[in-house]
Amino acid sequence: MLNVTEIKNGLVIDHIHAGCGWKVFQWLGLDKAKFSCALIMNVESKKTGRKDIIKIDNIINIDYSVLGYLDPNISVNVIQDSKIVKKIKMTLPDKIESVIHCKNPRCITTTEHYVPQEFRLVDRAKAQYRCIYCDSLYTAGNLGEPLELQTQV
Amino acid sequence: MLKGRHIIEPGDLTVGEIDEICSLAEQIIVDPVSFQDVCRGKILATLFFEPSTRTRLSFEAAMLRLGGSVEGFADASYSSTTKGETLADTIRTVSSYVDVIAMRNPKEGSALLASQFSACPVINAGDGGHYHPTQTLTDILTIRQLRGGLENHTIAFCGDLKFGRTVHSLTKAMSRYKGNKFIFISPKELQVPDYITKNILDPAGIPYTTAERLEDEIGNCDILYMTRVQKERFFNEQDYIRLKDSYILDNSKMSLAQKDMIVLHPLPRVNEIAPEVDNDPRAAYFKQVKYGMFARMALIAKITGSL
Repeated sequence: MLNVTEIKNGLVIDHIHAGCGWKVFQWLGLDKAKFSCALIMNVESKKTGRKDIIKIDNIINIDYSVLGYLDPNISVNVIQDSKIVKKIKMTLPDKIESVIHCKNPRCITTTEHYVPQEFRLVDRAKAQYRCIYCDSLYTAGNLGEPLELQTQV
Repeated sequence: MLKGRHIIEPGDLTVGEIDEICSLAEQIIVDPVSFQDVCRGKILATLFFEPSTRTRLSFEAAMLRLGGSVEGFADASYSSTTKGETLADTIRTVSSYVDVIAMRNPKEGSALLASQFSACPVINAGDGGHYHPTQTLTDILTIRQLRGGLENHTIAFCGDLKFGRTVHSLTKAMSRYKGNKFIFISPKELQVPDYITKNILDPAGIPYTTAERLEDEIGNCDILYMTRVQKERFFNEQDYIRLKDSYILDNSKMSLAQKDMIVLHPLPRVNEIAPEVDNDPRAAYFKQVKYGMFARMALIAKITGSL
């Protein structure tokens, strides 16, 4: 077992889909952080077999709604004085803005780039989001890459 | 309250509001002179970023018949977008001159975007293959006028049901009225999408059937809505050859239809309705065009607050 020094005040982002930790790490800008961060990949997990974990030696502001869209299975532990003081479970947000881009080449957002890209949750069970402009459907939990694109014409 | 509202998709209008617009359109049909000045002093901008003679002229005729004025362009090459202006800036500018905008743009979602930057109501006159709410209003008004109401109909759609936005919008709109049934006639490659059948019709318990040949179903409907099937939409040549004639409405197929059935088409038609059918009293597609203008007159009068 790999040991990473415990953190006194910071965040532990747990249960990241195995192999996707680097994307979350980058999305949070941790690759440019001035404080200590650790990305631990392929950790054994009772629930999922394997998972990634990120440890951050600082309490930073995170847009949890975006994190919930990227991977709704993630949980975040807030550590103070070496103790977990709060455990935050992600959920799918009702809407996301400027996180992903619509891939439909016929969508107005592909030519009018100044418009914030907005997607609204249409089916929580299927984790489906709809581009508010062209109605293309995307499935959440894919760390920003559309798993599925169904254009309703 | 329709005054000041943007009309982006057919779903923006409730059943009550559609009824309100159709009732006004029917009053205009009966007595157009009484409405010839209701929009005097008001201006409609027709911003057509792609050509569409029928829809643009219908909007312009509607405003002129209400006593208002029109300005705009019929092609993107006449707009400042050719100089690199954003759609938002075009809309901000035009909406400071006029009272209402009718816009057609090939990009999906363009009408919604325009509405976010407009100081006046925006009517979507078609945003790519996405929405065209005034076509749906036209179809509904035509059915009301020619079939006496919007309930208890069997509506057959024939042709390209996968990509035909008018089919999807009218199915959704008519599914909100009691007792309607649907027949979807298309090649298997061009069947109506699941989001219409599985997400809208099935949960509401609305009956529908699918078929491949028009001849098999034409006698079972009281409204036939024709659309064009393009050869390039077929996956294989053999299916195209086997089925192509089935989607051309001619007098021999009309002989199998009910005597009071009506034939609708969003137009322009190419060869899916033979010219010989035009003289059949059941051919209603040119009446539909005229009802389209009355529907747009009623909509413009309502959203400009003129009535």
